[in-house]
Amino acid sequence: MCTVTPISLTVGANRIVPTIAIPHPLGNPALDHDEEKKLRRRLVEKALKALQTPIDDQTIFE
Amino acid sequence: MYKIVHYINQFYAGIGGEDHADVPPAKMAEIPAVSKAFNAAFKGEAEIVATIYCGDSYFAENTDKALNEICEMIKAENPDMVIAGPAFNAGRYGFAAGNVAAAVKAQLGIPTLTGMYEENPGTDYKSKTIIVPTKNSAAGMRDAVAKMAPLALKLAKGEELGPYYVEGYMYTGIRKNLFEEERGAKRAVDMMLKKLAGEPFITEFPMPNFDRVAPNPPVADITKAKIALCTSGGIVPKGNPDHIESSSASHYGKYDIEGVQYLTSETYQTAHGGYDPVYANEDPNRVLPVDVMRDLEREGKIGSLHRYFYATVGNGTAVANAKKFAAEYAQELKADGVDAVILTST
Repeated sequence: MCTVTPISLTVGANRIVPTIAIPHPLGNPALDHDEEKKLRRRLVEKALKALQTPIDDQTIFE
Repeated sequence: MYKIVHYINQFYAGIGGEDHADVPPAKMAEIPAVSKAFNAAFKGEAEIVATIYCGDSYFAENTDKALNEICEMIKAENPDMVIAGPAFNAGRYGFAAGNVAAAVKAQLGIPTLTGMYEENPGTDYKSKTIIVPTKNSAAGMRDAVAKMAPLALKLAKGEELGPYYVEGYMYTGIRKNLFEEERGAKRAVDMMLKKLAGEPFITEFPMPNFDRVAPNPPVADITKAKIALCTSGGIVPKGNPDHIESSSASHYGKYDIEGVQYLTSETYQTAHGGYDPVYANEDPNRVLPVDVMRDLEREGKIGSLHRYFYATVGNGTAVANAKKFAAEYAQELKADGVDAVILTST
């Protein structure tokens, strides 16, 4: 899970989930606590989905 | 006159080919043609005073023993520098020449130089000695001697070599501090203009070679899977007990989160020095989502969250170090029965 996905591709990660921002990849301080946690959950669920998806090559799960 | 010792294989020593590749190291009674070619190129400034040979198979099969004997023979000559090869594309010769050059430099503190084709496995030693790229066969001998001799002379005189792209040796991966005449901004813009114009330019910071691995098959049943969290975002227990460096991390931490429902600013922080730490310190779940993983665990959406998370700081951290960390803890994760890993990075 990474914000600068071109770096993930360069270093060879296979399942890549784009995140929010470098200093808070899985959060957004502009949101209130509950909204922020919902956002984080959506991102983690996306990562779980990526883990369950067959891939042949490096893939960004938008 | 500077004194040079030359290391070669049994073939260039005139002993024979493959059928004589098992001869042990020895000093030649008289220097062979290849050493004489170097002497001619030195134009009286330096001289090969001794040539030591070893069979390529003997060296490959008895590396430590052969190295010791060769180092002893070289030490006895007390040379100003040592040349090994050139080995062109001969794999075992390249291995021996690279090994001898690296060992003499490391153990005897004598400057060394070798030459070989860029695909020779002996080029693995390019960070431990100076390797001049040559053609892939002995037909390139004249060219190799012409390139190697001036560098050998500089090394014999104890002179510092310029950068690889000026002197023509292989990239060593070793960076040195130096003063540039132009400031960084100007050099960067000059490089960009050349790049845009399709002209050749030399980067001041070559990217490391990253490897590629085939993707793993998907997790069959995520509701049964044990999932671990790892991060290069520097999340550590408050106070950074393992003193993970804020940049160029030399190690990683392994932290027990049994019973931890979520991370708080009182209990965790980031050790990372490469991004604004305010948001991660305020709520470390923003980098390592322990809170959400616990919810998913409780709801049966995942099997379990692994008891330990692994963390380091990915800020100017050497690729070789990062690789070493992961190679080590991947074994632990496997031994602990972890099915999948979510790695977060900042």
